[in-house]
Amino acid sequence: MRDDLNTFRKEVRDWLENNCPEEMRSPIESEKDACWGGREFTFQSESQRLWLERMGQKGWTAPDWPTEYGGGGLNGEQLKILNQEMARINARPALFSFGISMLGPALLKYGNEEQKQMFLPPIVRGEIRWAQGYSEPNAGSDLANLQAPAVDMGDHYILNGSKIWTSYGDDGDWMFCLVRTDSDAPKHQGISFMLFDMKTPGITVRPINLISGLSPFCEVFFEDVSIPKEQQVGELNKGWSIAKYLLTHEREMISWTGLSKAGADPLGETAMEIIGGTDGILDDSILRTDIARFEVDEMAFALTIERARDEVKAGVSLGAVSSWFKFFGTELNKQRYNLLMDIHGNDALAWTGEASDDGKLARDWLRTKGNSIEGGTSEIQLNIVAKHILGLPG
Amino acid sequence: MALVLNEEQTMLRDAAKDFLNNRAPVSHHRQLRDSADGHGFSRELWSEMADMGWAAIIIPEEYGGLDYGYAGLGLVLEESGRTLTPSPMLSTALMSTSALILSGSQALCELWLPQIASGDKLISVAFEESSQHRPAMVDTLAEPEGDGYRLNGTKLAVIDGASADAYIVSTRSRRGEDPCEGVSLFLVPANADGLEIKTTKLLDNHRVCDFQLDNVLVSREQLLGPLHGGCTILRQTLDRGRIGIAAEMLGIAQETFDRTVQYLKERKQFGVPIGVFQALQHRAATLFGEIELCKSVVLKALQAIDENSDEITLLASLAKAKCGQTANLATAEAIQMHGGIGMTDEFEIGFFIKRWRALNQQLGDSRFHLARFARLQGY
Repeated sequence: MRDDLNTFRKEVRDWLENNCPEEMRSPIESEKDACWGGREFTFQSESQRLWLERMGQKGWTAPDWPTEYGGGGLNGEQLKILNQEMARINARPALFSFGISMLGPALLKYGNEEQKQMFLPPIVRGEIRWAQGYSEPNAGSDLANLQAPAVDMGDHYILNGSKIWTSYGDDGDWMFCLVRTDSDAPKHQGISFMLFDMKTPGITVRPINLISGLSPFCEVFFEDVSIPKEQQVGELNKGWSIAKYLLTHEREMISWTGLSKAGADPLGETAMEIIGGTDGILDDSILRTDIARFEVDEMAFALTIERARDEVKAGVSLGAVSSWFKFFGTELNKQRYNLLMDIHGNDALAWTGEASDDGKLARDWLRTKGNSIEGGTSEIQLNIVAKHILGLPG
Repeated sequence: MALVLNEEQTMLRDAAKDFLNNRAPVSHHRQLRDSADGHGFSRELWSEMADMGWAAIIIPEEYGGLDYGYAGLGLVLEESGRTLTPSPMLSTALMSTSALILSGSQALCELWLPQIASGDKLISVAFEESSQHRPAMVDTLAEPEGDGYRLNGTKLAVIDGASADAYIVSTRSRRGEDPCEGVSLFLVPANADGLEIKTTKLLDNHRVCDFQLDNVLVSREQLLGPLHGGCTILRQTLDRGRIGIAAEMLGIAQETFDRTVQYLKERKQFGVPIGVFQALQHRAATLFGEIELCKSVVLKALQAIDENSDEITLLASLAKAKCGQTANLATAEAIQMHGGIGMTDEFEIGFFIKRWRALNQQLGDSRFHLARFARLQGY
């Protein structure tokens, strides 16, 4: 077994050595460096294109999916090795994709054979960029209240209504979408899960500006959009189970937010540089306390994630605790940016200009206010903890 | 090391849980409080605990110990926090034992460790000289006298000091630029001439003592570790004690939280269990998370001691600060959510906040450790 893994590690190392372009061996600096793939995507460089093509062919953009659907077919141990080997040479992810992180797992679990064959391989190769159609103007925290009606027309459905907070709605090639297929049933039991091409006639997309400025979020309007029946996934009116399954995935992704700045300078260090200290003690004693409280929580949270991972490895299932991770990670991230604003003082207020990179800090700070809203508000996460972990009534 | 318990540790925890629930639940603590006992804990119970091996968990086998490691000791302390079981676990089995082992003074280890392991002797560490935790402030003097030393000064708030057979005392043996340089540790028998001991009963019914050293003579053999080199041993001992206290506070937080969640499901007002109210649900859910953070921090810190990691000091302050804050929140919320009954002496929930208050203060409160954490991180 160990020998097999050693052989595998060598294969991976050799393959990466031969196939990962030099330019792709450095961490992603900004949003612009990320490769999202899709029909309309403009590659930043030939290396970026090549890296996606090679990783896609190998199935390593979705390394643990079955090979029959284009995936890498790796087991847990092999996946770990691949990640380690990529980290070793600083290889950046070849593809960022909601298709891989969200839709794929749902299709593997709920899709029929034709759907898996049709959609999964292009996702692995990064040929289709997916947008998520969940929230509606009257269905935010109460997501199951979504109304967009899809009416049965025999061999297809006709969809109307609208979606909001659709990430990259204007760049998406296809959408996976929750729609209302039975308006008389209790709200959780009349929802279905459908896929459609964003080029289908009747779809209009409008980007949303946030308090922080431009955003990837969009509003999407449907006017008599025709969806072939083969593109409905899972059982009719049982789409809510798929939605919940996907939301769990999304939550786990978001919960690492609080830690994703691991590479960033620790706040205390930044404060010493900007504000200054005497005998190694920050010159602003109250800010010092605030930073210490934050860093204690940050370190405790990192250790808790480490412990959760070790428990999962030891066979304990994570369950609803992911809700608490989402809650705490996003609240931490908000605190971090509040403190960063405090530390940078007047300089943190700039909104335009080269010195501030067009007000990056101020905009990032404002953007974090959404962390505890998107993907389920903090209050909803606490409801889930109270109900599913603590077993409180109601 | 993975942040999960191994099989041996799980067994030890289960055994501790069983024993403490059967032999020393919270009612045992109440009984002691209401009796004429002057120690704050039961010597008979300590003998039983020693028979279970708990006094010897971190003692090396060569001195009659189990060499089970601090992670094991931490589990017993955590469980004692749940039952509020008073014992010299922290003062003797953790701190004094650590000081002896860390000192490398073989003769003293040979003399004392087997007697600690068997539960026969108790030792407390005496390091405070003011109402605040200032272990680097050492004004008790040690001056050469014949073949040994003459000690003069005052020590305060010595944990379990009323019952100790001996004290490990920090003294100033030389003055220099660095207050840490020139500290020496001595092992002073409780019956030494010139030692005047005054006992205080604390709010949690534990006993501490203040003592005056008036020309107390000690021999060279009673020096623990190198002359003038006691500061590091003391710091390492205190860090181990801090992590142990954090484990006990974690037990306190978990027990009060479990009892409170249960109460939220049972107590009815307005015709429904009060646990349906979102104002209470969200506070309970938040507290759940804070306790999860403490579990990780305590386990990591205990493992760090066993691995002799260079992060022990940082993790000790992290654990003491975080668990102090969380046990504060847990015990205060427990009283608030229990309402009036939580304020009564008849109900046990209020006992936990008293123990928390003492533990939070001892070996440095949350503020002390936040400041220390910041200093260690360079700001």
